[in-house]
Amino acid sequence: MTAAGSGGRTGTPDRTPSPRVDVCVVGAGPAGALVASRLVDRGHEVVVLEAGPRFDRADRRERMERSIRPAHGARSVWNVGGERDAFTASGERFYPLNVARVKGVGGSTLHWQGMVMRLHESDFERQARDGVGADWPIDYADLRPYYSEAERALGVAGDADNPFAPPREEPFPMPAFSPSYSDSLFAEACEEAGIAMHSVPNARNSQPRDDRSECVGYGTCQPVCPSGAKYSADATIEAAESKGVRVLDSVPVQRLEPTDDGERVGAAVYTTPDGEEHRQEARQFVLAAGGVETPRLLLLSKAAEHPDGLANSSGAVGRYFMEHLFAGTGGRADRATRQNHVGFNTSESHQFYDNDFEKVDPIKLEFLNYAGPSPVEMALTADEWGDDLLDSLREAYGTHLAMGGLVGQLPRARNRVALDPTTTDDHGNPVPDIQWSLDDRTRRTLAKANDLQAQVFDHLDAGVEWVVGPENTGPAYHHMGTTRMGEDPDESVVNPRLRTHDVANLTVASSSVFVTSGAMNPTLTIAALALKAADHVDADL
Amino acid sequence: MKLTRRDAVAALVGAGVIGGAGAAALARDGFQADSNAANGEGEGTEAIVEALVGTARAVYPSEVENVGGFVETYAATKLARRPDFRAGAADALSDLDAEARITFDARFAALDPVESETVLRRTGAETAEPDSEGTTAEQVRYYFVNEVLYALYGSPTGGELVGIENPQGHPGGTDSYRRRPDR
Ligand SMILES: Cc1cc2nc3c(=O)[nH]c(=O)nc-3n(C[C@H](O)[C@H](O)[C@H](O)COP(=O)(O)OP(=O)(O)OC[C@H]3O[C@@H](n4cnc5c(N)ncnc54)[C@H](O)[C@@H]3O)c2cc1C
Ligand code: SF4
Repeated sequence: MTAAGSGGRTGTPDRTPSPRVDVCVVGAGPAGALVASRLVDRGHEVVVLEAGPRFDRADRRERMERSIRPAHGARSVWNVGGERDAFTASGERFYPLNVARVKGVGGSTLHWQGMVMRLHESDFERQARDGVGADWPIDYADLRPYYSEAERALGVAGDADNPFAPPREEPFPMPAFSPSYSDSLFAEACEEAGIAMHSVPNARNSQPRDDRSECVGYGTCQPVCPSGAKYSADATIEAAESKGVRVLDSVPVQRLEPTDDGERVGAAVYTTPDGEEHRQEARQFVLAAGGVETPRLLLLSKAAEHPDGLANSSGAVGRYFMEHLFAGTGGRADRATRQNHVGFNTSESHQFYDNDFEKVDPIKLEFLNYAGPSPVEMALTADEWGDDLLDSLREAYGTHLAMGGLVGQLPRARNRVALDPTTTDDHGNPVPDIQWSLDDRTRRTLAKANDLQAQVFDHLDAGVEWVVGPENTGPAYHHMGTTRMGEDPDESVVNPRLRTHDVANLTVASSSVFVTSGAMNPTLTIAALALKAADHVDADL
Repeated sequence: MKLTRRDAVAALVGAGVIGGAGAAALARDGFQADSNAANGEGEGTEAIVEALVGTARAVYPSEVENVGGFVETYAATKLARRPDFRAGAADALSDLDAEARITFDARFAALDPVESETVLRRTGAETAEPDSEGTTAEQVRYYFVNEVLYALYGSPTGGELVGIENPQGHPGGTDSYRRRPDR
């Protein structure tokens, strides 16, 4: 199983730069893929530079086997880690960066779960409404048409049954997945607890669409969907390539080189696997390298006119790093709960998203379809076999139930991605240093999420066996806020057109532009912003 | 519970050895076609298949029937299509055979299930972490014990033993997660 280079099956691909193009996009995750796809549709010449490899689709089942069988570390599924991905986490809390991303054509969506919600109107105006955080310079209405387009681009299966969702004008592109059997157990308990359940929008085919299969129930969505039913951005990249976008893989961009006056980017400097350095020139540059590598690349691109890093006159590059935190409660019922048949969820509750902002932030509640152990995984790590093993598996599997939940963090300048000059990556560049901490408000919100989960479990015939809350929470792998958007060039990095205040031809498409985090998984908003960014770049070309 | 050819094909799909089209062809042509291909290719294939069957008889639960047919179908195709795996398994088998000779003066595949289990235990495979390039214990765990456990518990019949007819790794569709339990 290999990670083939572009055109890899027929020898070494050409990784030399194109003559000056209209647009150079850095990063081939969903953000970069959608920008490239839209700009080629508008008739522009586009080159995408991607640090990681191209993963052959034919290898997906083998990657799935790797994900289930314990001999291969979880990160080996998508080749994450090593010197290329070295990092430091010097903050109050350790940040597990390499569990939280994938480098390659498709980006982190190769590994992601694929739940996709819109932010709520309140997320854009937390300061005005609640006196905390900051306000976005755009609002929900500005993004609303882009959200619809993003849902079509990713292929979202959903239903309009969610009474708490922000207004939408169109149905989802595909029908939602029906609720699971365990959802029906939760439904009874939630009714008694006064909690409303509804469907989950999934970037996952509930029917064949866009030449991709419908979900066939492999149950390994994270980290790999062998059928291709789960959206991953390599699909968008392939479609864009067929329309003429040029995508170079395994070419990490080392720095963006400004012109002498510092007003524009002249070239993206990248290296190829043979160690050669090249310069790709373009009229416009779009940085779409994810919420950690995007600020890192700006910080690495210091120049005479940009002594603190490119586009960093505000000092905000890398700052206001935000994550979503996981809150969960799990236990066992006195009956079968039928978990781990599929790897995604079919019910959530957004009832506590817009509530009580005085003390706590938004909460998203999830009802899991994969609580407790997967028998096959358990068998492969057991210290017994034969009838003893079967007895243990029967005892361990079958009656688990669990709820999850996400809460956000407010933006704080001290949480940041900086450079660690004492450690370098495989190209000699200082690695990212994630300085991350939690505050009391987030802890309070996690505690409230746990309270709500406890209320549901009180009404289930199920004992609670574990709780993940304020003391033992962990991140959801959503990197936000590190090149925040704003009107004021002294306070923010990009303007409402997603263009950097300081550099005229540099646009950022990423969750790094988020001003607040909300508590919804970020990628639909990333996709909507990427499409908006592409429109602005198009207008300027 | 009886393992079927369908289970073996399902396990092969789950292990990424064959895709949808390959699965259809194998289900149609049956075990014969592919095991012939396997026998022709690569020395020692038959011995590895026999050793995998011997391992399965030792580590599968007693209520499973048709272990031989199931593992042969699975292993013949896997070895034919994964030369790297075959080479690694051949190496591990020489260690396993050496242990069998010390203890029972016979090669591993010639042992009965109780003897096989004794030998597997003596290598340390029961508690070893699987590692294709590790110690004897780790390699035996990887190439033999976990290989047959993955085939069983990733297949519908193996899953059903535990109460999950659509185990992880098996494309069992999108009905099963919604179904009520029957007990
Ligand atoms: C386990 C997991 C589960 C997740 N589940 C969900 C979910 O359910 N819902 C949701 O909304 N989100 C989820 N996410 C988050 C989601 O994957 C990301 O939000 C999304 O992929 C971000 O898109 P992006 O294009 O901005 O960045 P990425 O997808 O990270 O892509 C960035 C790309 O840029 C490349 N790059 C970086 N630096 C350079 C450089 N210097 N030169 C060239 N290329 C570079 C990288 O190699 C990478 O391929 C999950 C993430 C993880 C890890
Ligand atoms: S359950 Fe997940 S991994 Fe399996 S086919 Fe559906 S989306 Fe893909």
